[in-house]
Amino acid sequence: MALLQISEPGQSAAPHQHRLAVGIDLGTTNSLVASVRSGVAETFVDRDGEHLLPSAVRYLVDGQIEVGQFAHQAAPQDPQNTIVSVKRLMGRGHAEVQQMHLPYEFVDTDSAVPRIHTVAADVSPVEVSAEILKSLKQRAEETLGGELVGAVITVPAYFDDAQRQATKDAARFAGLKVLRLLNEPTAAAVAYGLDRGSEGVHVIYDLGGGTFDVSILRFSRGVFEVLATAGDSALGGDDFDQLIVDWMLQQAGLDNDRRGSRTLQHQARDIKEQLTDAEQVEVSVERPDGSVWQGEVTRDEFNQLADGLIRKTLLPCRRCLRDSGIELEEIKDVVMVGGSTRVPRVRELVGEFFQTQPLVDIDPDRVVAIGAAIQADVLAGNKPDSEMLLLDVIPLSLGLETMGGLVEKLVPRNTTIPVARAQEFTTFKDGQTAMSVHVLQGERELVSDCRSLARFELRGIPPMVAGAARIRVTFQVDADGLLSVVAEELSTGVKSSIEVKPAYGLAESEIEQMLRDSFDYAKEDMVARNLREQQVEADRVLEAINAALAADGEALLSTDERANIDAALVVLQQARNGDQIQAIKRAIEVLDQTTAEYAARRMDASVQKVLKGHKLDEFQS
Amino acid sequence: MDFSQNYFELFGLNEEFEVDLKALSSRYQTLQKAMHPDRFVNATEHERRISLQQAGQVNSAFQTLKDPLARARYLLELKGLLVDDEQTTIRDIEFLEQQIDLREELAEIRDNVDPLGSLLEFMAQLEKTLKVCVEQLKQNFAVADVTALQQCQMIVHQLQFLYRLRQEAEALEEELL
Repeated sequence: MALLQISEPGQSAAPHQHRLAVGIDLGTTNSLVASVRSGVAETFVDRDGEHLLPSAVRYLVDGQIEVGQFAHQAAPQDPQNTIVSVKRLMGRGHAEVQQMHLPYEFVDTDSAVPRIHTVAADVSPVEVSAEILKSLKQRAEETLGGELVGAVITVPAYFDDAQRQATKDAARFAGLKVLRLLNEPTAAAVAYGLDRGSEGVHVIYDLGGGTFDVSILRFSRGVFEVLATAGDSALGGDDFDQLIVDWMLQQAGLDNDRRGSRTLQHQARDIKEQLTDAEQVEVSVERPDGSVWQGEVTRDEFNQLADGLIRKTLLPCRRCLRDSGIELEEIKDVVMVGGSTRVPRVRELVGEFFQTQPLVDIDPDRVVAIGAAIQADVLAGNKPDSEMLLLDVIPLSLGLETMGGLVEKLVPRNTTIPVARAQEFTTFKDGQTAMSVHVLQGERELVSDCRSLARFELRGIPPMVAGAARIRVTFQVDADGLLSVVAEELSTGVKSSIEVKPAYGLAESEIEQMLRDSFDYAKEDMVARNLREQQVEADRVLEAINAALAADGEALLSTDERANIDAALVVLQQARNGDQIQAIKRAIEVLDQTTAEYAARRMDASVQKVLKGHKLDEFQS
Repeated sequence: MDFSQNYFELFGLNEEFEVDLKALSSRYQTLQKAMHPDRFVNATEHERRISLQQAGQVNSAFQTLKDPLARARYLLELKGLLVDDEQTTIRDIEFLEQQIDLREELAEIRDNVDPLGSLLEFMAQLEKTLKVCVEQLKQNFAVADVTALQQCQMIVHQLQFLYRLRQEAEALEEELL
């Protein structure tokens, strides 16, 4: 009997049930999963007690997929079928990946997304990432003993729209609900700031395996406000390894065509890591003819090699400092995050730049996952009284193409999200009935120097003289940093809108197709999976509304209004218990409309409440 | 929350040029704590949509009130004195000449013996000029009669020039580093 499942006021279903939510650091070199248990955030280990999962995925001839340590070790022997550092490929186009000198065989497809040929199948970077996520999801579910409600997945702050969208798509393939995409330095700041209870301005310098971010944040009264961020989404520890590889080749008198050798890259990484403690390291390189070059590299020599790369990170630091409007004296501390900040020379030069000793006493590998887990716990609703709030920014300006191949910026970089900006444009020719909208991201003035995110057309503009039509283009960036665009002709209300699916992203139809084709989902599974997803969504909606009604339904609704909502709830509950996907969808929509006015009243009431509660301390502070 | 009220009302501030930045920032955090989408992850679709819109509006309001140029423009707009970038031309010949000189100076820095040093000096000087303009805005908004507000309009125009110059200087700095 469905009616009984609607909870009475004050008795919302299992109010203190702990929801299982995790934070995932999806790294270039290693990935981690963490969660908050009994109030403590911790990273989870695998069966061998390892926290770090190497971000390596190997495709085997029998269709099996290996993820992690085994795949990482197999990389030198089986480079074409073992994908490492896949994060570097996320959201990139064909031309870009071709320039990266990778050992993979890229296949030609109609898709905007490059695909790698392996013995098992042709796979996109999104699918490879999904394998890493699946592995972490499984680890978390085994550790926590239940199904996850969702995950906060971290991305480099400097990731553009295409790279963010690709990450979100990967989560979808892995069957993970994304509670939020969180910027890595912000996650680190949360973990560090809460741990130390340290209010003030923090710099997070995050040099990972393949990406570099710097963010400046202010932490006060539970709010982490990102003031500015900058970085380079193609610069990281891998590049240091490559410098050592090049040096070894030169010393051994070998050709540059062995630059992509995985064996040499592994060796280079070892050398780099040893030089953190050792002053010098023995090196031997085997030549193809069997002879061996032997020598040594000192830390000074390595520093000289690395200086150029490290200085390349200081330029974004400078830009970030300027954009934040913060003076050096105001900085409370500089927190080093990411495995590559173990390199002593990095610490030295960063300290020099910010004129302060950087903090290195937190685990640079785990802090991001920990911060993500803390936010996941809050977002899942496990901490209803939490004061914590993260206010983040977009890293790169968003704009539109205008006459002459120029970019008109609508949302400048370092604007706090969410944000909506609108601008009006007009027609250029008499009788013009269509207008093409080209969305771009980047700082440069010329279209050709920015990243093209999407193109779409607004049609059906009534013919008028040039300059008479008024077309308003609105950019909306959500809290994940993802953009959607609406264009509207104002005199007629002709609307055209897109979720910006980046030019380098997977089309919706491709995602469906790939899900259908993938090993894990036979056709009948697909239907079952869709039904399950709709049911989960229905449960979420039912729970949200029941909780709301229990809290303030009586105060905010008339008897009639309440009866309408109750009726819609019953319909949804019945649909949810059935197996008709469309019926559930429709019932959710109806309930959504029925509760629209109520939702608006609730928002008003809650804002008024918060404002009243804070009036006093505001004027005292 | 009534979002038809203007940004000053939204932030509980008097409608004037001088704002208490600390109070502004504190009120901003309070508003976001109530409205940010992170507070509505498990709420109904409608509440999530409203939260997205309102948090966006609070962000825009904060950006506008925080920056002196944006704030001045907004204040003039509220008083019905819209600053139209394209149609108004600056009549202050002295200011225009000064702008042309500054631009030339910036363009020539590249060929100096120590371009970066000269640029940093140039930028420091620019910051001083900006401060003077903001100070003038303060005084004129305090008087707020017809003449003073016209003066404000003119200063806003000048500030727009200077902001653009600052952007160009920063672009050059990145190039030189």
